[in-house]
Amino acid sequence: MRHTITEKVIHGLMCLSTYIIVFVIGYIIFNIVWNGLPVINWEFLTGMPRKSGTEGGILPAIIGTFLLVLGAITIAFPLGMAAAVYLSEYASQGRFTRTIRLAIVTLAGVPSIVFGLFGLGLFVIFLGFGASLLSGCLTLACMILPTIIASSEEALRTVPQLFREGSLALGATKWQTIYKNVLPYSVSGILTGSILSVGRAAGETAPILLTVAAFYLPKLPKSIFDQVMALPYHLYVLATQHPDIDKALPMQYGTALVLLVLVLGFNLAAILLRIHVRKKYRW
Amino acid sequence: MWKEKTIKLILLSTASTSILIVLLIFGFLGKEAAPFAVSPGLRELLSSRWVPVSFQKESFGILPLITGSLLITAIAIFLTIPFGVGASVYISELARTKEREILKPFIEILTGIPSVVIGFFGLVVVVPLVKSVFHLQTGLTALSGAILLALMAIPTVISISEDALRSVPESYKSASLALGASKMHTIWKVTVPAALPGIITAVMLGTGRVIGETMAVLMVTGNAAVITASPFASVRTMTATIAAEMGEVAFGSAHYRALFCVGVVLLLATFALNMTAYKVLKKYRMG
Repeated sequence: MRHTITEKVIHGLMCLSTYIIVFVIGYIIFNIVWNGLPVINWEFLTGMPRKSGTEGGILPAIIGTFLLVLGAITIAFPLGMAAAVYLSEYASQGRFTRTIRLAIVTLAGVPSIVFGLFGLGLFVIFLGFGASLLSGCLTLACMILPTIIASSEEALRTVPQLFREGSLALGATKWQTIYKNVLPYSVSGILTGSILSVGRAAGETAPILLTVAAFYLPKLPKSIFDQVMALPYHLYVLATQHPDIDKALPMQYGTALVLLVLVLGFNLAAILLRIHVRKKYRW
Repeated sequence: MWKEKTIKLILLSTASTSILIVLLIFGFLGKEAAPFAVSPGLRELLSSRWVPVSFQKESFGILPLITGSLLITAIAIFLTIPFGVGASVYISELARTKEREILKPFIEILTGIPSVVIGFFGLVVVVPLVKSVFHLQTGLTALSGAILLALMAIPTVISISEDALRSVPESYKSASLALGASKMHTIWKVTVPAALPGIITAVMLGTGRVIGETMAVLMVTGNAAVITASPFASVRTMTATIAAEMGEVAFGSAHYRALFCVGVVLLLATFALNMTAYKVLKKYRMG
């Protein structure tokens, strides 16, 4: 009898620890939505910041984040996808392949602030791009590359071997097989992984802190060599560097909500796409 | 035929960019950090004071930063393990199917929340809470940072340990149950031990994430560069130091070089941790 009581207690504790986590997640989202929603209006989303960010809107930060993410994915997507095609379709089990895989694992584990230092050293200083949109995009691209490779490779591997063999047996070359018979069936899976990494890039602060982000810049960028504001950095600045806490707090909540909606929106899109793909292709 | 070969070559070279980037990261961090060894010299890093800006004498001892990172990481892992392992066992072994299908994606949301938003939440909710619960002067403490870091590590730990728990063959559990062991007994004596390498890997990868995390700790730990073991003291981590100070240093100064040295230490630490986790995971999957 005592035995079953202990078991019930352990069962209860594990259930409790799970639901504490669920509660905290729920509370984070609730807190930000509840306090952020009253701040959101047309002016907030489309206006320029005024009085060092306590009034006006966050348009330059939204545009900045949008451009950074667009640039990063434009650079990283083709590279990552091509690398995944090589690893999944061509690579043999040799030392070179192992080195590539090791490099990808290493890259995935590099802390984001170290990417920032790297971007500062290589793009900002050595290549002379300065603190600019270009440096920021390149730094973010390096950061999301391993995620894109890993998820694309996984998507390619789910295409059954028969698809390749059928095409090859009909006399198609290896590239024709990949292009016509493998890629079309894995493209949605590849996109899913890429959308997830876009969400990650949009929320990152540390890499852009050192390579692109401007403290307060109430205008829109004109070229890729301009500095831009970005949502996560704007939130950080408002939350920690601002002397007038009472005035800045609503703006902080508003910015946090916009950022959260943006990032979770990307995640949701990826999840929906994944469900859609699983329904569409079954083999 | 040449077309096929060209395509293969192009794909091969794109795959090699990962190697190139890794080499460039090590190369450029090393390049910017190396002059520090000449002047003021590497011995300077071993001092116990981090006073990068001073009228008398600057001091670049990274020990307080390393102990700061270690303290926060240790507390965070201490919080992560019971919650992470408890929840992953619950989700994979005890929860009903419907419940599991809701719990998994819901906890995955946490991975998506940007660290700066977690930091902001920490600043407006966790910091005042820590201050009032423990009757402190300020809530900007190592503990506050560790709580936020635990929140960020928990989804990683849950997702990887859950995979490990689920890959334990059903026959192990059936055999244990057939011998008359209870469900809970089977979980703790058969399933969890069988999945242990996976769970350990999960915790190591979670630790890697915690050590490298920047924004949340920068915002809530108070950033005092002191050597302490108290969770209620304000501490400064390696990551926060780089993020907070790099914007204000003169290019090429000793302070600038010192921050790159901190970056090198951070890079090597996470590299070692991830490589070990990778090796464990690989061995485990093979076996």
